[in-house]
Amino acid sequence: MLTKRIIPCLDIKDGRTVKGTNFINLRDAGDPVELAAEYAAQGADELVFLDITATVEDRKTLLDLVSRVAHTINIPFCVGGGIGTVHDVSKLLNAGADKISINSSAVRNPEVISEMAREFGSQCIVVAIDTRNVDGTDIVHTHGGRKPTELKTIEWAREVENLGAGELLLTSMDADGTKNGFANQLTAIISGNAGIPVIASGGAGSKEHFYDVFTEGRADAGLAASIFHFREIGIPELKNFLIEKGIPIRY
Amino acid sequence: MDSTTKNTQKVTIIKYNAGNVMSVMYALERIGADYELTDDIEKIQKADRIIFPGVGEAASAMKSIREKELDKLIPTLTQPFLGTCVGMQLLCAFSEERDTECLGVFDIPIKKFPKTPGFKIPQTGWNNISNLRSPLCEGVREQSFVYYNHGYYAPLSEYTAGTTDYILPYSGILQKDNFYACQFHSEISGDVGERIFRNFLSI
Repeated sequence: MLTKRIIPCLDIKDGRTVKGTNFINLRDAGDPVELAAEYAAQGADELVFLDITATVEDRKTLLDLVSRVAHTINIPFCVGGGIGTVHDVSKLLNAGADKISINSSAVRNPEVISEMAREFGSQCIVVAIDTRNVDGTDIVHTHGGRKPTELKTIEWAREVENLGAGELLLTSMDADGTKNGFANQLTAIISGNAGIPVIASGGAGSKEHFYDVFTEGRADAGLAASIFHFREIGIPELKNFLIEKGIPIRY
Repeated sequence: MDSTTKNTQKVTIIKYNAGNVMSVMYALERIGADYELTDDIEKIQKADRIIFPGVGEAASAMKSIREKELDKLIPTLTQPFLGTCVGMQLLCAFSEERDTECLGVFDIPIKKFPKTPGFKIPQTGWNNISNLRSPLCEGVREQSFVYYNHGYYAPLSEYTAGTTDYILPYSGILQKDNFYACQFHSEISGDVGERIFRNFLSI
């Protein structure tokens, strides 16, 4: 049976994990490679690396990092942040990334989704959507959720799928950081409409929240950062909980 | 690393328009295997063992295989040969993906998953393999999880050496003589995938 995926997300700046972690058995909690290996060993189903550096020199640091991660871990991983062109994607895939995610560049130029999908196949093109509710309507935001666009989230999700996206990474900026649970209602609408998998992100604070997003929220995968980094929830413990609750989970 | 499984023979990876094959190379490096990526017919003929990778789409991949005249060569090879993902699909007779004539090592068609409520296509993620009957799966327990990402499948047949369920039961692994094939991505299927690669290296 196809299982629901648990995906830790690592924010990367200048080739280092930001926010830090309290993983006691790591020599260097800021090293993304070591952290990635730790997550893979714990049973993470996939990893997402989100690069939050902007400068060109730092992109090279990112490519080195992607290559080191690919040498080390044996599960799929996705790289996002600042990716705008087919050339950018080509470099990351050649460095060993399995998938890439695009966000603002897709909003600026939706056609780039089709270009990337034609060139590399839909399976490696993840479109990240940051959404925030504005006066009762879910609106796509860019710039880390600060800048609203004209796009309605539900319509944008349909459009990017039609353009060739292989997966959606839906982050609720309303839920993000609250630890009050994922945006299940919106996730369920989008996942219900979609023919492609939806990764839910933002708001995870407990094991129950993952159960809720996989049932009520109809998500195919649940992504979180800080609760894993700070060991508030261990991946094995989360997976055992979900298995006991009858959710299909890889063990 | 387990030194008993370390293999000094070289793995030849067939180079063609197969999408991103870096993950396959990194996976071989992780288990200490020596490899070479080539489209040279003579080198492929002389190879100890061959991996035929592939991600993406069958029609353009087949076009590339024909342009390199590998379509005549591949079915005649006699050394251990492993097709992965689209590489597996190309080893079959025909693919419903853009009605593509394939290599015909396995005389079965590749079919499109039927649209079914509650199932997304392509299948993306970890699913079980069972009914394992191949040296490729030695030491791999029934119901192990492997990573899939595909919209087309090989139906069950006399060549099925491992089955997976998604919408319907289908072939996760095929085998005939020296030809082995996996629909899943062994290269990113965790310890199970690594075991399968190691097994292939010792066939």
